[in-house]
Amino acid sequence: MLIRKPADLRYSDVTPKNVYVNRRRFLAAGSAIVGAWALPTPADATMKLNNVVKSTYKVDEKITPKEDITTYNNYYEFGTGKDEPSRYANTLRTSPWQVQVGGLVDKPKTYDLDSVMKIAPLEERIYRHRCVEAWSIVVPWIGFPLAALLKDVEPNSKAKYVAFQTLYDPKQMPLGNRAGIELPYVEGLRLDEAMHPLALLSVGLYGETLPNQNGAPIRLVIPWKYGFKSIKSIVKITLTDKQPPTTWNLTNRAEYGFYSNVNPSVDHPRWSQATERRLGELFKKKTLMFNGYSEVASLYTGMDLRKNY
Amino acid sequence: MKKILFSPWTKRALFAICLIPALLLIWRGFMGDLSANPIEFIEHRTGDWALRFLLITLAVTPLRKIFEQPLLIRFRRMLGLFAFFYVCVHLSMYLIFDQMFSLSGIYADVIKRPYITVGTAGFLMLVPLAVTSTAAMVRRLGPKRWQLLHRLVYFCALAGVIHYYWLVKSDVREPLMYGGILTLLMLFRVRMWLQKGTTNKPQPARVSV
Repeated sequence: MLIRKPADLRYSDVTPKNVYVNRRRFLAAGSAIVGAWALPTPADATMKLNNVVKSTYKVDEKITPKEDITTYNNYYEFGTGKDEPSRYANTLRTSPWQVQVGGLVDKPKTYDLDSVMKIAPLEERIYRHRCVEAWSIVVPWIGFPLAALLKDVEPNSKAKYVAFQTLYDPKQMPLGNRAGIELPYVEGLRLDEAMHPLALLSVGLYGETLPNQNGAPIRLVIPWKYGFKSIKSIVKITLTDKQPPTTWNLTNRAEYGFYSNVNPSVDHPRWSQATERRLGELFKKKTLMFNGYSEVASLYTGMDLRKNY
Repeated sequence: MKKILFSPWTKRALFAICLIPALLLIWRGFMGDLSANPIEFIEHRTGDWALRFLLITLAVTPLRKIFEQPLLIRFRRMLGLFAFFYVCVHLSMYLIFDQMFSLSGIYADVIKRPYITVGTAGFLMLVPLAVTSTAAMVRRLGPKRWQLLHRLVYFCALAGVIHYYWLVKSDVREPLMYGGILTLLMLFRVRMWLQKGTTNKPQPARVSV
């Protein structure tokens, strides 16, 4: 049934469509290029990332095709259909971009993207990504540990949690008012979760900068939690002493908890979490505790994960 | 108009039109254009069309009255059976690819997941309607009893709307739209029944082929 399109190379395979469609804008911006980030970034106009080191974080499972990763997205600011973000996220302006980091820290900072990229060497990490809707993918992310950024701002002794916020600009995100969730999108982690080496700030995938629909220019990736914890297009990071509000928990307290660790034995009230469909596979497979990242288990010692869903 | 409605070609053309969503899915399958999650894509599309065909079927009676075209009844059975057809594909996808025919899995879902409970109920109510859709069955049951049984279709459509509403995460616009359409179709019937009550003119149950 799944016969792919003919393999002939077409122009659109070489040049991203929005680039050749918007060639004039592209050329006008060309004179102002200072690295990849200075470009207006249409939805599929990504740039190659250089100096990326391979890491030991991999899984021996098939990496999900890039086309699937970039056309099947949840990014409600650009529509609630899975195919909508890839069609509508080209209105997101990812340059200039700033990430404000503050709260209970000794050295609050506002980073532009160039300085964010210099916090730590970029590495490629191949992670499983499990959505709360019971589908999953394997993604070759590019990024650096969230811990590196947090250490850079020096959290003080009162800091217990980290709060994250996505950009919300109705002009760039006109479909946001139909999202059915309160915007801007916010997320949060306990500080020790955020400091875990697996917690990644991602700026790219498949060797290139992030496509807009995947959360350009910078997003979180927490591979042991359901995908909605991995907040996209981050503009603000705040260290706090209280558990920060999180968007899906605000939307439906009974269905989406603060922790939202991948857990096959705790079902979503409306569907089972015991199995998942890996995109590209016909039948479902068993979901693994913490999505297979058992090294995080010590973060939750003594906690009732049924209550703290 | 009457001539067109009577023509067997009209019925054949409508049959072909009703098949378009299915043919489109097959075509997209061959083109590899069923999104990154083909199973879910087919489940959602056939679910959409099952609900749409149920509502179209329920629109036949109001349209007959409003446009005074009683002959439209000729198409109602086929439209209803198409709803059943799409619901069968929808359900088969779930049974084969989501549950892999695991009886315990299906049982757990039906018991624990309200949207699956109500969807299953909707399907089970639709089965006797499909089975009794032939002219022979109408005769066997007698028009009165047949019509009474087929009032179940209102509950099938309601189950379809609720099934959809309970499935979505936050964007309820579409299920609400179908719910609105169903409400309008039912309000028309309520008005019809009230009028019938006041004029007290018994109308023969017309079930033609």
